[in-house]
Amino acid sequence: MSAASETAPSATGAQPGVTDAQSPPLREISGPSAIGSDRQRFLDLLYLVAINDFRKTYFGTALGYLWSLVRPLVLFAVLLFVFTQIVRIGAGVSNYSVLLLFNIVIFGFFQESTSAAVYSIVAQEGVVRKTHFPRLVIPLATVLTGLINLGLNLIVVLIYILAFGVDPVWTWLLFPVLIGTLTVFTAALSSLLSALYVRFRDVAIIWSVAALVLFYATPVFYPFEAAPENFRKILMINPLTPFFVTARAWIIDPSAPTAAQAAGGYIYLLPALLIFLGTCALSVWVFRREMPTLAEEL
Amino acid sequence: MGPQGNEELAPPTHGPGEGNGYREAGALAQSRGGGGIAIEARGLEKTFRIPMQRVTTFKERAVRPFSSSEGRVLQAVRGISFDVGQGEFFGIVGRNGSGKSTLLKILASIYRADAGKVRMAGRVAPFIELGVGFNLEFPARENVVLNGVMMGLTQKEARRRLDAVIDFAELDEFVDLKLKNYSSGMMVRLAFSAMIQADADIMLIDEVLAVGDASFQQKCLDVFHELRDSHKTVVLVTHDMTTVEEFCDRAMLIHDGEMRHIGDPEEVARRYFRLNFGGITDDKQRLDMEKVGGGAARFTDIWLTDGAGERVKTVEQRQPIRIRATIEAAEDIQSPGVGFVLTNVDDVVMHGFGSPINVISAEVGGILEAGERVSVSATIENPLAPGRYYLTCIVGRNGSMADVVQRLPKALDFVVYGHSPSGGVVSLETSIETVSGEEAES
Repeated sequence: MSAASETAPSATGAQPGVTDAQSPPLREISGPSAIGSDRQRFLDLLYLVAINDFRKTYFGTALGYLWSLVRPLVLFAVLLFVFTQIVRIGAGVSNYSVLLLFNIVIFGFFQESTSAAVYSIVAQEGVVRKTHFPRLVIPLATVLTGLINLGLNLIVVLIYILAFGVDPVWTWLLFPVLIGTLTVFTAALSSLLSALYVRFRDVAIIWSVAALVLFYATPVFYPFEAAPENFRKILMINPLTPFFVTARAWIIDPSAPTAAQAAGGYIYLLPALLIFLGTCALSVWVFRREMPTLAEEL
Repeated sequence: MGPQGNEELAPPTHGPGEGNGYREAGALAQSRGGGGIAIEARGLEKTFRIPMQRVTTFKERAVRPFSSSEGRVLQAVRGISFDVGQGEFFGIVGRNGSGKSTLLKILASIYRADAGKVRMAGRVAPFIELGVGFNLEFPARENVVLNGVMMGLTQKEARRRLDAVIDFAELDEFVDLKLKNYSSGMMVRLAFSAMIQADADIMLIDEVLAVGDASFQQKCLDVFHELRDSHKTVVLVTHDMTTVEEFCDRAMLIHDGEMRHIGDPEEVARRYFRLNFGGITDDKQRLDMEKVGGGAARFTDIWLTDGAGERVKTVEQRQPIRIRATIEAAEDIQSPGVGFVLTNVDDVVMHGFGSPINVISAEVGGILEAGERVSVSATIENPLAPGRYYLTCIVGRNGSMADVVQRLPKALDFVVYGHSPSGGVVSLETSIETVSGEEAES
């Protein structure tokens, strides 16, 4: 039952004695799968589930969407105070507060999407077991919900950036490339985690710890060059690091080193790239393997 | 294998002489003016591995790395092939655990078959449960649209049909009310309406009739009539023989994951009845029967008739309920008696009655000899409110119904239909007069 057979309608003429042109053609049913045979339905469902998710979160709260800003802003305020008044990491960094707010909002998207995705399939047990629902919609919808949130948060960030006096540069146009790359990584991890969680409930705990470690192992509240020389190569293994380094150079501070410069050559970006691609490949493999039997596992 | 069980136990053959094989579907569809085959299933198999203990953590997996190979294997569906014609109302019957729901889930792409393949023509919508994916925090509007898309409509189409869904459910005033504030009746109406309006080419329905009150069940039956009359392709999984005989063009009997019979619904219903209540068809069932009284007698058939003696599945309100049954003694039974208990869907006993069996060979209180047959006919008046009722049948001995020889819980179920629900369990003949004004004072 290959993916190709779903889309190739077999001729009705294969039925001896049946020659009614009006009846829809017989198609082989591929069984449950990640995407399903109808692309439009997949996209419609993805959109509706994500929009409903987003609305549900803030529906009936007094401040509505504003709550989604509270978390990053409070974290921003606390970190800004700690790292400019107490630890002074940010002292010599140009536009440190802008960088900090920008990074927190972006990292927040990654962390919140993946953390929500872990439980997503198990939480949607009903639709998986009782209807033909393209499975991949479920984790991807949490990522899309995160993206909607991110988009709204970035408006606030943009206002802050402009108010702070950062000049727009042409590399801002490359921002969609950055977000696109991060979204692919987030989506891959989200699908992987949600599929694994069905079998292994440890995944939730492991991921909550791993996300915390990642927060410190990624240059979110410190600039990359603040890390000691011998730790930088380790930091560069983290696929998120080149992303944040590049984002800083493109958006906040054109004078900051690019990822290749910071790593000391493109060759040192290779491990991060391999982990990035490996995660995507593993995600596709696990998801494809697990999805057909998902309804039985739940 | 009991001698009576042979017919059911024989594997289905599709030879030319059989005539009941799946090949019939095409011919039938054509004779109805439909357009050929809607569902073609070939050699479907499904096996479940039921772990003795679910392994859901890494530690468990590490401690017992081979544990996944332990556990019971359940062959839920074993090599089933059939065709359903365009516009055919097709029933799949079998008792709990027979594999009928698994089969439906394979057709609905919820489970993947281990072997075999299915081809279908057109958009398929499964209705395994009413209101799947409904979100209680949202009003009807959002839920109906999402549900429509889940059933395969485009978003635009789903929005366009929103009004029709709400209209049909008679919930116009409540379209913006959150579902959590709906009564369960309203919820069922909404879900059912969404299902009908999704307008799939092929509908796979799994006993949604099991929910809802009498008036809802009536509405379901109306909708089934409509589906049948509009020549929709419907696959209905059920263990309600009344529905099968009333609606299905053809039906299939499944037992232990195998197809036992396919074809005429009345024949399927008859075999289903025999399989479950009649012949002792396998060891497990024999054990079950011995537990309730030793199996010294069995009901060979239980049915309802109308005034003219024809078999019926429904009884009109206020028309007497006429019960017929045949009993066969397997051993000698001292002072036998037969009894019936009538219960409603809430398991409330409506009426219980019984009688000593009048043994021809001796006076009352004699012995019913092995192999002897008894036919029972009982008529009871019918003040019952419209709805579904169950009949539990009992054979007792030694002059007491408590000394059970055979007891068939809910051996028969039937519907009392009519249009004067009273809100109670019975609807009684009533005359009521009111006067007002001056006459009232005098």
